[in-house]
Amino acid sequence: MYGDQAAISELSFSAGKGEIVGLLGPNGAGKTTTMKILTCFMPPSSGTAEVCGMQVATHDLDIKRKIGYLPEHNPLYGTMYIKEYLKFVERLHKLSRNNNRVTDLIEKVGLGREQHKKISQLSKGYKQRVGLAQALIHDPEVLILDEPISGLDPNQLVEIRALISTLKKDKTVIFSSHILQEVESICDKVVILDQGKIVADDTLSVLGIKSDSSVEIAIELWQEIDAMKLQYIGSVVRVEKKGPRRYNLTTTEDVREEIFDVVAQSGNKLLGMQVEHSSLEQVFKDVTQKKPSE
Amino acid sequence: MSSVYWKELGSFFSSLTGYMVLVIFLLVTGLFTWVFSDTSIISYNYASIGQLFVIGPIVFLFLIPALTMQTFAQEKQQQTMEFLITKPLTDIQILGGKYFACLTLVLLAILPTLIYYYSVYELGAPRGNIDNGAVIGSYVGLFLLSGVFVSIGLFISSLTANQIVAFILTAFLCFIIYFGFSFLGELPILYGKWDDLVKYFGVEYHYDNISGGRIDTRDVIYFVSIAGLFLWLTLVSLGRRKW
Repeated sequence: MYGDQAAISELSFSAGKGEIVGLLGPNGAGKTTTMKILTCFMPPSSGTAEVCGMQVATHDLDIKRKIGYLPEHNPLYGTMYIKEYLKFVERLHKLSRNNNRVTDLIEKVGLGREQHKKISQLSKGYKQRVGLAQALIHDPEVLILDEPISGLDPNQLVEIRALISTLKKDKTVIFSSHILQEVESICDKVVILDQGKIVADDTLSVLGIKSDSSVEIAIELWQEIDAMKLQYIGSVVRVEKKGPRRYNLTTTEDVREEIFDVVAQSGNKLLGMQVEHSSLEQVFKDVTQKKPSE
Repeated sequence: MSSVYWKELGSFFSSLTGYMVLVIFLLVTGLFTWVFSDTSIISYNYASIGQLFVIGPIVFLFLIPALTMQTFAQEKQQQTMEFLITKPLTDIQILGGKYFACLTLVLLAILPTLIYYYSVYELGAPRGNIDNGAVIGSYVGLFLLSGVFVSIGLFISSLTANQIVAFILTAFLCFIIYFGFSFLGELPILYGKWDDLVKYFGVEYHYDNISGGRIDTRDVIYFVSIAGLFLWLTLVSLGRRKW
């Protein structure tokens, strides 16, 4: 609760071993609050949350031992060296010091070349890796990552994404983002939040089908065409001009054959035609932009 | 607790803070004890390092707030507090680590002044003519007083994310608790009736007692309980996130 505004309410979802769950939602939807409760940073003002079968209110120390958490702003001690910092985290977890855990981890997250630097000298992407290494050091059962890939360059994005995917074998990963492609590419399951409530919670394939029955078809023509001609095709709901000789048609069923005929009859040529899959982006728009009255 | 302790101590020396506290404490106390003619032992002509223990608390009035202002305020500002809290640590371990790290630095600042003692011991006529009881008492008193100042500093630092605010408030509160009660006792309205009682609440009264060489358990209990009170308040303040 922030004052009178409940950050999240009636939120309930579960995540199992070997699953990557994406928490998705517009800004202020309650993603971070959910994570703060799960990591025992703050208790729920009412209701309960369980991690590994333990209540956050009563077993916070046991839960913290099993969780690896990368907070949203990736807080690090800038004055420390990478190794010094990771050894400090190792000590916080009371792990034995006589093995190569820290050096292995530095290689694993791809910090090898930078490992002798101070944290404050690292670029954002490398800092993010230090944050990830810090969350992984005790081989946690549950990994909670709050927007782990914001601000990375495309190469780093691919690497970090691959790293997270390899982690899921024996862990539960909860992952928040507002970048839909990210969630689409690595998560098995998506929980969409809006104004503190779950508006969708399912596996990706199910969500894709569910979204709605409308199909979007993009076409490219040889010459301009009167949009009304396309509009006359049965079941076309809307025609949108996307650029010179490019149109987007929203229909309730697949009408590609009719489109070809209409274009050919008007003496025009069809250069390209594609059915846009109903993407997670569409689902996201559908479920978060509904007015409460609807 | 030890992991937080070493991290804090390391952070003092990986920034300028640690060195600054050590150098400034020694510089200021050294100047007042040996150089400035109004206060120095040389011009005073008595084999006593009492001057060190008059200046010491006043220097700490500024240096300890500078030391403690970063403890929690900086962690909050950099949001590393969230990092610490979500690690398997209790609030007591976080607080204890920070408290003892600050206290260690204060001890490191005080230790070199033993050279002053040795010098006066050697310079005394006859040699070794120095009130050892008063010296031991004064050192114990100065250390206990630092314990109180550090606990106040940690409490104030836990209230704010702004280090400057933490510094000013801590310096003010330390001043009040050290001098404030003595000045209050001097007010005409209290003088003669309540002044003893009012002064009894202040640190200066107890510090002066111990500096005389009598390590009275009442004074020790006073210092320990004031430090304990502020440490407890800090714990309450850290627990605010749970309300």
